[in-house]
Amino acid sequence: MSVSFCGLELAHPILNGSGTFDAIAANKAFADDLRDAFPFAAYVSKTITLEPRAGNPPPRLWEAAAGLINSIGLPNKGLQGYLAEDLPQLAGLTTVREPGAEPQTVPLITNVMGSTAHEFSALVEACETREEIAALELNVSCPNVKTGLDIGADPLQLEQLVRAVRPLTRKPLIIKLTPNTADVAACAQGAQEGGADAVSLINTLRAMSLTPVDPSGPAGGRAWLGGRTGGLSGPAIRAVALAQVAAVAARVAVPVIGMGGVQSGAHARELLDVGATLVAVGTESFRDPAAGARIARELGDPARGEAAPSEESAR
Amino acid sequence: MSRAPFARRLLTVAGVDRLGAYLVLRVEDPDGPQPEPGQFAMLAAEERWGGGEGERPYLPRAFSVARQRGGEAHFLLEDVGPGSRRLCELGTGERLWTLGPLGRGFTAPPSGRRAILVGGGVGIAPLAILQDRLQEEATVLLGFRDGARAEGAALLEQARVATDDGSRGHHGLVTDLLAQEVERDPLAVVYACGPAPMLEGVRAMCAASSVPAQLALEAGMACGFGACFGCVVPCRGGGYLRICVDGPVIDAAELDHVDAHAGAPA
Repeated sequence: MSVSFCGLELAHPILNGSGTFDAIAANKAFADDLRDAFPFAAYVSKTITLEPRAGNPPPRLWEAAAGLINSIGLPNKGLQGYLAEDLPQLAGLTTVREPGAEPQTVPLITNVMGSTAHEFSALVEACETREEIAALELNVSCPNVKTGLDIGADPLQLEQLVRAVRPLTRKPLIIKLTPNTADVAACAQGAQEGGADAVSLINTLRAMSLTPVDPSGPAGGRAWLGGRTGGLSGPAIRAVALAQVAAVAARVAVPVIGMGGVQSGAHARELLDVGATLVAVGTESFRDPAAGARIARELGDPARGEAAPSEESAR
Repeated sequence: MSRAPFARRLLTVAGVDRLGAYLVLRVEDPDGPQPEPGQFAMLAAEERWGGGEGERPYLPRAFSVARQRGGEAHFLLEDVGPGSRRLCELGTGERLWTLGPLGRGFTAPPSGRRAILVGGGVGIAPLAILQDRLQEEATVLLGFRDGARAEGAALLEQARVATDDGSRGHHGLVTDLLAQEVERDPLAVVYACGPAPMLEGVRAMCAASSVPAQLALEAGMACGFGACFGCVVPCRGGGYLRICVDGPVIDAAELDHVDAHAGAPA
């Protein structure tokens, strides 16, 4: 089950998607020591930006058909707050691979986003100096202020961005691709040409919901989410994820982290079968905080695939 | 703060009791952690969670623990959407996933100071377990839309009731009753849970009278344990609090106003 990824030795192929599991909050919310049961083989931080962000005004969530639309707005403490307050805690995450074994460090992948190459460079340079960070993931789903398109939606623009930050770090550089583009494989190729060590996809699909129409309430027909549009995740996007991961894996030589609607070991297996090296679990962790560990177990034992929950998760 | 095991638990419905317009879902939980008043759990039916109207529900739903005794956890349900509707359909012997207890609960009043419990609609739930646990007798004020919902007042003891339609008790708002109590005893401590307009009324009244108030808030949640950052409420001084981990019980002094999306279903 162990897997090599960009020089990292991981206990199994299951990670969290950025922004879908707050390890610090989880440590406070749950009584069990997460050090013995951390569900992911590596931990991906939520997106860190240069300056602190409060996030979008509520409402931030809408339950869609077999999925979730979120408009969270990347709340975070900013680079300095992350390095000073969160990083020491996240660097201390450990897990026990086998019963009775010594706890091992969970590699930390820090996800960063800038609105310009200059901002990305500042974030990458600061992270490069911190040994606790095993790898970097660039969130390139930020709109270009001139074109309005996501920076990562244009293959050439993405290649130039990666080329600009590549010399600034020796750490593995993962590009989190946006699915909101005409040709995701071309974008992946651009990232590879620019010097990326890996790509991850899919991010959420841009989506919208309207206020419920209630005859006795205020008129419907307006955007429900405070941020107006959001990103769709969950089982609703799994078939799209499979197609995009397959297209990207067929185009690039660098390893691929596949994600999108994974709820079981069988779903993770599908992404691996079309060429992913690792699989990230996101929205399913909202329904079941231990989903990552369950999916890793199911992956290691296909007989358990889509079957009933294990005794452990049913306890 | 009582903390949840890091796993969902599959529990069995011990029974369902009708309480006017509401249902009390009783779940067998002899070995679970003791929740504190104000804490909540994420609930999802084991079967047919999904495939309802609009292919929902998909995410679990947050419910305050209304009571925990005799090896059972109790939750107060009202059919207000696809998630609560599916939970309302559960029968004895069926099973549901639970994750909890989650969040920060109420803090007991200082010795010798009277607690005033103010509830609205299905939001009365956490006040029942609070009343169970308080050492001294509390004043209970509950507001409902109509007579059928007002039967929910039986969940608590010695409640004074207000109804919007005047079918039971005071014809008007529960905050009308609270105004009298706050004037009579400015040293009281207020504990409130209900729709956002009620909570905002309680907050404004208590702020004007310098009466401390603890508000149990509610918002749509995806996870319940701080992962999704979806259930936020704007706080005093800017920024947001996550209702699931910074609350659901939040000191009214931390809020400039109660956001319109941060209350129980009306």
